[in-house]
Amino acid sequence: MAPTRYLRSSASRDVNPDLDIERKTPSFDVEKLTTILDGGAENTRVRRAVEAVIHSDPVFSREDKYFLSQNESYEAAVKKAVHLKKMMHQMKWSWAGSECKYCNRALGGEVAFTLHNIFMESILALSTDEQTAKWIPLAENYRILGSYAQTELGHGTYIRGFETTATFNISTQEFVLNTPKISAMKWWPGDLGRSATHTVVFAQLYIKGKCYGVHPFIVQIRSLHDHSPAPGVTVGDIGPKMDFNHIDNGYLLLQDVRVPRENMLSRFCEVLADGTYVKRGSEKINYFNMIIIRVKMLSNEVVPTLMKACTIAIRYSVVRRQSELMPGDQEAKILDYQTQQQKLLPVLAIAYAFHFMNEYMNELFSKGYREIKQKNFDSLPELHAFSSGLKAIVTEHSTAGVETCRKACGGHGYSLLSGLPSLYTRLAASCTYEGENTVLLLQTARFLVKCLGAARSGQPVPPSVAYLSAVNSERCLVRDKRDLLQPDVYVEAYRHVAIRVLSSAAAKLQALVQSGAEQHEAWHQCTVQLVHAAKAHCHYHVVKSFAEAVEKLGQEAGIQRIMKHLCGLFALHGIFSNTGDFLHDGYISGDQVDMMTASYLDLLAIVRKDAVPLVDAFDFTDETLNSALGSYDGHVYRRLYQWARKSPSNTKQANQVYENYLKPLFQNGLSKL
Amino acid sequence: MEALERHVTAAPLDVRAERRGLAGRSLPARSPARTSAAAAAAAAAIIITMNPDLRREREAAAFQSELLTHVLDGGAERTSRRREIEALVLNDPEFQHEDLNFLSRSQRYEVAIRKSALMVMKLREYGIADPDEIYWFKSFIHHGRPEPLDLHLGMFLPTLLTQATQEQQDRFFMPAWNLEIIGTYAQTEMGHGTHLRGLETTATYDPATQEFILNSPTVTSIKWWPGGLGKTSNHAIVLAQLYTQGQCKGLHAFIVPIRQLGTHEPLPGITVGDIGPKFGYDEMDNGYLKMDNFRIPRENMLMKYAKVEPDGTYVKPLSDKLTYGTMVFIRSIIVGDSARSLSRACTIAIRYSAVRHQSELKPGEPEPQILDYQTQQYKLFPLLATAYAFHFVGAYMKETYLRITGDISEGDLSQLPELHALTAGLKAFTSWIANAGIEECRMACGGHGYSRCSGLPDIYVTFTPSCTYEGENTVMMLQTARLVEAAAKNLQGELNRRESKEDAWNRTSVDLVRASEAHCHYVVVKLFTAKLSEISDAAVRAIMTNLCLLYALHGISKHTGDFLQAGILTDAQVTQVYQHVKDLLAVIRPNAVALVDSFDFHDSHLGSVLGRYDGNIYENMFEWAKKSPLNKTEVHESFHKHLKPMQAKL
Repeated sequence: MAPTRYLRSSASRDVNPDLDIERKTPSFDVEKLTTILDGGAENTRVRRAVEAVIHSDPVFSREDKYFLSQNESYEAAVKKAVHLKKMMHQMKWSWAGSECKYCNRALGGEVAFTLHNIFMESILALSTDEQTAKWIPLAENYRILGSYAQTELGHGTYIRGFETTATFNISTQEFVLNTPKISAMKWWPGDLGRSATHTVVFAQLYIKGKCYGVHPFIVQIRSLHDHSPAPGVTVGDIGPKMDFNHIDNGYLLLQDVRVPRENMLSRFCEVLADGTYVKRGSEKINYFNMIIIRVKMLSNEVVPTLMKACTIAIRYSVVRRQSELMPGDQEAKILDYQTQQQKLLPVLAIAYAFHFMNEYMNELFSKGYREIKQKNFDSLPELHAFSSGLKAIVTEHSTAGVETCRKACGGHGYSLLSGLPSLYTRLAASCTYEGENTVLLLQTARFLVKCLGAARSGQPVPPSVAYLSAVNSERCLVRDKRDLLQPDVYVEAYRHVAIRVLSSAAAKLQALVQSGAEQHEAWHQCTVQLVHAAKAHCHYHVVKSFAEAVEKLGQEAGIQRIMKHLCGLFALHGIFSNTGDFLHDGYISGDQVDMMTASYLDLLAIVRKDAVPLVDAFDFTDETLNSALGSYDGHVYRRLYQWARKSPSNTKQANQVYENYLKPLFQNGLSKL
Repeated sequence: MEALERHVTAAPLDVRAERRGLAGRSLPARSPARTSAAAAAAAAAIIITMNPDLRREREAAAFQSELLTHVLDGGAERTSRRREIEALVLNDPEFQHEDLNFLSRSQRYEVAIRKSALMVMKLREYGIADPDEIYWFKSFIHHGRPEPLDLHLGMFLPTLLTQATQEQQDRFFMPAWNLEIIGTYAQTEMGHGTHLRGLETTATYDPATQEFILNSPTVTSIKWWPGGLGKTSNHAIVLAQLYTQGQCKGLHAFIVPIRQLGTHEPLPGITVGDIGPKFGYDEMDNGYLKMDNFRIPRENMLMKYAKVEPDGTYVKPLSDKLTYGTMVFIRSIIVGDSARSLSRACTIAIRYSAVRHQSELKPGEPEPQILDYQTQQYKLFPLLATAYAFHFVGAYMKETYLRITGDISEGDLSQLPELHALTAGLKAFTSWIANAGIEECRMACGGHGYSRCSGLPDIYVTFTPSCTYEGENTVMMLQTARLVEAAAKNLQGELNRRESKEDAWNRTSVDLVRASEAHCHYVVVKLFTAKLSEISDAAVRAIMTNLCLLYALHGISKHTGDFLQAGILTDAQVTQVYQHVKDLLAVIRPNAVALVDSFDFHDSHLGSVLGRYDGNIYENMFEWAKKSPLNKTEVHESFHKHLKPMQAKL
């Protein structure tokens, strides 16, 4: 008996029998799996306590979310952020603590001032002790509201291309900031459009006519008195987006805006009063912080979003009945169709795979952090390459997975009330922010090519690429379809492909250089293959880390068994979707592909039985899911109907359209023609 | 009618530029007397205002994009006629309105219904009656978006024409034609979609009063999704299970009044409303309809084929194959939509990629156009080829529809089941690919693709329901699969092991879907190849031949497993295919902008700041953003309501 399922208890609520029966005979202990996913029973307890507090407060209700205009969404997010701040103060929850993370989860991230934290983090990372002492207390107490202005209208990923300038004026001891042309406007920073009073602006530093590259400056952009723009500042909202309409992403145009010399964040570089430029320490630690943001984003936002989509689509698929499997039978649950299983269950496996991948990456980063604190930066290139590639493939597959879930819900998935469109539109942004995915994959590829060269010449290589040193196996020797489900068999297959694809890209690169192409031109010619190689490398690591995580799970409570099935499903789905990669050099044969397909389809039927318990284990509250299709009790149609009736389009005022347009149309519009 | 007689006589480039409103800078926006001299003068102004990157791209193309436009339109005359029709809308102040991105859903509905009413009146005023011309007019007015009268014009009126008796047509058709009656088509229920036999709404015949009693017996039986039902319509054609003399006779169609003429209030026994916000389709009032013992006269059942006599005797229809024709027609429209939506997305992404500069290809050199990166070409050019391929598939399906409607009227129904199956697969195949392709175009535009000013999110959310409506795609593919023999082997194997045929079908359906996809892919390549010989201009034919090759080879490179496993290709050949695809990217590159120009989307139709014909992207993004609702006041009211009180307390 689950202890604290205050919002989920089927005992206290009537549950749709089609959903209820799915929960009767799970092959594993669902509550136990939840605590594993949370990282321990204590975390689960804290999370549920936070959710209970948040959901009991009407200010945090998200019921009208889907009915709000851009203006209303923004206002609601500001209101919630202000209220949350007050509540955290009362509850004595800290910003750095797990409670804050759980608040965010409970609220679906729909609060304003998310950039305020980035503002503070960047000050902590980039400023001197005096600067920290000046700005952090102001920010902590919300005397000022911060943003972080890096991206420009014409420049994103490529930081050296930024055009904003900060020119040092020795006589006034000020930096003069300017946006020399339209493409140099800061564009996209969150909280900048309407809320922020200050921002960290990244600009090309000029001293005595010489450019010293991009540096960070704290710039006040609005009056602390009446919030009007500061002199020389043009600032506003960039307009509606695919989603994130609760955030006022902004533009910023600076015309001779002056800030004192002390406003350049100077932990690593300082401009002295006489205009001397001084560099000190290593910026690498700062670099590490950027990577950390990326890693946190995957575990706090991307993967949970995918898990929510799975929850909604799988619960709906056992409630929805459609067509007949057998003539004369009752219409079947759509999850009983193989094609539906083939859409959803691999996505479920992906969600679990990425969860364990994140855990592995977090461990790697904790270790890296300890080393870096001791001024040992050796692991930085590896961490960077690893997190770049994984960010790309995790966001790509998660985004595609959410959309698969939405489409698998047929027409109702298209209603905002299903919750699925907004999960998709939120996630869709992740493929381009914090590094555009193709650019990131090519960074990973650059690292891989370098390591392959090192490995081949017998030099030591970092652990995540150590496999490149080994001799690649030539054939998969499996003869029986059951053996295909052995983790060492499929992990080896992925390893083989990763080595082969990388080797062939590297060979091509080398051949081009030998035939006289310049290095950069040769690289350019091979980028499609290099992206492929980076993906294969990452895919191998996800499969490997999942298989290793399964190994470490205890054998009790049936959890290891079901996780092993999911791991196999994940691995075989990858092979099934890319058979060409595995067949290419004859590593696996056509017969083996047939066996794999058969094993893969068998796994669908096995995982099908536990599909609902597997999404229940994610333990999202109904309030967090905010979906008519995915609620715990499965009363899909009733909820959809009741919710739709509350739509503003059904209020009395909406009928003005009849008076203004339809009535004239009906009565005299065309009869005269 | 005067407007129709205006002819555009300037040279091709000038025509384009003028149509795109570039000339508007030197001429009054709606100048009635636009001479070719003025257009030429305007064209001179363009040279200055057009983004230099785009200008270079256009000058470097190896073919005349105007000639390819003629190929797509089916002849130069049709291109110019289409432009005339579009000019009617463009020059009409009554069709102008604020950028839809800044409007609430209710405002968007209001704009759409206003334009729809105008559209119907002006169509008749101008005497536009040809189906293609109506389509051009309508799609230009609504920028290819849905509108509240879609179901009235596209389903209600045609259903009356094909399924109503003469008496029923006399009663309903003219009032509906004159929009006194606005109808919709209510089939889908909350709990039931693709599987029609599962629909639960009932129509029970009562011989005593000679009426049908309509009921929605359960929550799941509530009609859900029909367009125009929520707020606009006063009638609906309702599909319900017919009960007479105690027996269920299956699904039949009934004309049901739902709102009071004059007040527009729902009639007693009718609960009707809007189903709430969706991913897209903001201007459409998709609705719900619940009926409680609602009575309609016997004569309101559509009785051209099946009939219920006054005493309740049921008379069976002659053939149920007749509806196949309509389905083929709707699917041909969806395939055409796939082509157009993907073409729009490609136009935006490719023009933007020619204007956007980023990073370095060569150390020390200026940032290159992102279209010069192989990875960007690899994302976009296969999609461009796909857009062209689907365009030809759509044209083929339309011709096929016209041919089989001819056959039906001559009583030859033999080809119908096969066509029905093939078109089901093509509908699913093209809409799946276009759906994913639009998103790839959006992501290829980086962060700016995420802004609504790019127009790409809107194209996606408008198009994506095509994957689920008019037949869920997986189900469509399985219909095709029943014809595909390649899957037969596996099915046979399963049949030997499994007890029932249905179970075996379910167990192999993943394979079957794959087989159907492969079959459709083959058909598309075949249709594209066949089209090449019809192109007379050598330069156009050359570039299209390369595009066709890219489409075919890229398709192989994405499915190498199938070709390797079957032993059709060797490892070495697969490697060559990859290389050939990359070589083709370089061939397409100098022609990419001209190839999207040939789609000939007017800026107002494209609705994208990133995809503007003149390429002046950044300044116009700024102009666009200034109009954001959040920017209405310099200091947002949230500051006074929430931020200031918070700061005061601390």
